Amino acid sequence: MPLETAIRGDATRRAYVNARLIDPSQDLDTTGGVIIADGRIVLCGPKVTAKSAGNGTRVTDCKSKLLFPGLLDMRTFTGEPGNEYRETLATASEAAAAGGVTTMIVMPNTDPVIDDVAIVDFILRRTRDTAVVRVAPMAAITKGLKGQAITEFGMLQEAGAVAVTDGNQAVSNAQLFRRALSYANDFGLLVVQHIEEPSLATGVMNEGEVATRLGLPGVPAAAEVIMLERDLRLVELTGARYHAAQISCAASLNVIRNAKQRGLPVSCGVSVNHLVLNENDIGAYRTFFKMSPPLRSEDDRSALIQGLNDGSIDVIVSSHDPQSADTKRLPFAEAEFGAIGLETMFSAALSVHHAGDIALPRLISAMTTRPAELLGLEVGRLAPGAPADFVIADPDKSWTVEDTKLRSRAKNSPFEHRTLEGRVLETVVAGRTVYAYD
Amino acid sequence: MTATQSRPKTIINGQHLLAIDHLSPDEISALLDLGDHYVELNRQIEKKQSTLRGRTHINLFFEASTRSQSSFELAGKRLGADVMNMSVKGSSVAKGETLVDTAMTLNAMHPDILVVRHGASGAAELLAQKVGCAVVNAGDGQHEHPTQALLDALTIRRRLGKLQGLNVAICGDILHSRVARSNLLLLQKMGAYVRLVAPSTLLPADASRLGADVYRDMASGLDGADVVMMLRLQLERMDGRYVPSSREYYRFYGLDAQKLALARPDALVMHPGPMNRGVEIDSEVADGVQSVIREQVEMGVAIRMAVLDALARNLPGGGIA
Repeated sequence: MPLETAIRGDATRRAYVNARLIDPSQDLDTTGGVIIADGRIVLCGPKVTAKSAGNGTRVTDCKSKLLFPGLLDMRTFTGEPGNEYRETLATASEAAAAGGVTTMIVMPNTDPVIDDVAIVDFILRRTRDTAVVRVAPMAAITKGLKGQAITEFGMLQEAGAVAVTDGNQAVSNAQLFRRALSYANDFGLLVVQHIEEPSLATGVMNEGEVATRLGLPGVPAAAEVIMLERDLRLVELTGARYHAAQISCAASLNVIRNAKQRGLPVSCGVSVNHLVLNENDIGAYRTFFKMSPPLRSEDDRSALIQGLNDGSIDVIVSSHDPQSADTKRLPFAEAEFGAIGLETMFSAALSVHHAGDIALPRLISAMTTRPAELLGLEVGRLAPGAPADFVIADPDKSWTVEDTKLRSRAKNSPFEHRTLEGRVLETVVAGRTVYAYD
Repeated sequence: MTATQSRPKTIINGQHLLAIDHLSPDEISALLDLGDHYVELNRQIEKKQSTLRGRTHINLFFEASTRSQSSFELAGKRLGADVMNMSVKGSSVAKGETLVDTAMTLNAMHPDILVVRHGASGAAELLAQKVGCAVVNAGDGQHEHPTQALLDALTIRRRLGKLQGLNVAICGDILHSRVARSNLLLLQKMGAYVRLVAPSTLLPADASRLGADVYRDMASGLDGADVVMMLRLQLERMDGRYVPSSREYYRFYGLDAQKLALARPDALVMHPGPMNRGVEIDSEVADGVQSVIREQVEMGVAIRMAVLDALARNLPGGGIA
């Protein structure tokens, strides 16, 4: 199923040559290029050069910079519909384009909730009219996100929902979640769960010494592990495909590893924030670092990087969650959870590579090929026939995150004022340049 | 040849009819044969028989039912029994009397046949242990509804000439359906191939171990079927706990002309009633040429006469041993 965007394919035949070409779907990491036409990849590989491109082809020299598939962010919150003052599909898509994200999977936590085919239609129509990257929604698991009744998975899937999730809420009723898994399995739909036992996760940051010193109520890692272990029992019972939206601690990682060893149809994600930041970054009650699941300890952070390296963690998400002054400029305990991340996702993730902890193809795979596989989408790769969605980036160029320059309507970035190494130079969707660095 | 003439033979072994599970293929065939006889009788002007003259037949219905109760009542009356209907409303049951106490009270009135419907699985079995008369299970919870399976079998056999080797798709709320369980057992005993077609949320645990093929979509479940048996989906199960909505259920599991076209061209369409039109079945199909739904109602009276007749033969003074 082709994904919607306002960008229409360009008939002009173009070649991008002399790049360090990385496509995890083809195990490619080589000097080469791509030829595109009509919004799709025509050719990709080391044999694509300025000479081989042929007459009538417009050639761009990438000057040995990186060229890889556009990123697919499996977890983007926007404010459309309902809270457009925080973020619209259009503004989120601008931020995405600047961050090298060419496909955003938007969460159903909107007003009204994406729990009905009419709202899926609305999202897709607004995407066609306003978004410069591709957008597809995940639909709610339960009507109104109330955790009481399952939504019309079959009809929502036909309308264009790519998975089901209650977004930033867990489905805590085990009976209902079991039935949701069973029913989703009949349609081959991926069920994405926010793993947090709500009755235990009443705090505002990681439980431990730092929280105690700050005098803030904590969320124990057990709140995450309990929900994950419960869910895996239900996955075993139903055979459904299950994805833990974000894991944040070493204990969860062990549970995931064990489940994968047993052959359960399980996958998981991690937010880029949890790979780069830890609870100490909260410092003096900085609410932009308040997120759910909370930033954990340094030990947890390094375990997560290890998990990403060995394939236990499948995807990296931005977990982009726009909040404004009315929800963030508050005492820490009263502020909302969430941080924006579309624009900084690639650069922040790259810092893990620069620290020597992970190879570039593996890092890119977790933001392209792997999430596309999980959702059954044709994006996230550069193979001939695939959509011409890709990114040209300079991995060494440093830049400073300034809130005034962020394209997102909300400015709650935990990387504000930080200098990051690695910059998206150009983002291409359906063969058209939707972002160029200047 | 027929059982009503001269000395009636024993055709089933038990004192009660509690479950298809207890019947042998020969007993089922004999009941269907007797059912055929009563179909012919019911089509005559003079329908009244004296087979059960002097017998007392009590309908004890703990769940509301119009068609089953009237079907049993008519069956008893046509066979000449004195029929009494006991409904729950206004009875001592509403005042808190237990099932067994009610049964013991009725038993003291010396009924010959007690027809019981109850919302709890095993209720008919419990009653049968406590009373001296014959007990007919008219539906117990999610367990069995043997006369429904018998009338469905009679309908199929009269239309298609056999049960052996047929592919029968039972579709819908298998999880909560006693009709599905009884039909599955009967059809398998008679050599038919049964398929269960439902969303996973409406399938019981280990459904695939019941000897039937299990399908989660109508397209593969109905492919080449000789009989398509639809089940009623209770309205309260379409609110998102089992199935998200009636429109989604209709879209994926409701029988319409398009889905029916996947079955054999002459496939029978059946429904135990009452139907939810536009939920599990489309009106075009329910009223179409392949539908035998109204015929099932006719077979219902005949098969219940056969059952009452057969059980009466096993009562003291009821025929040859």
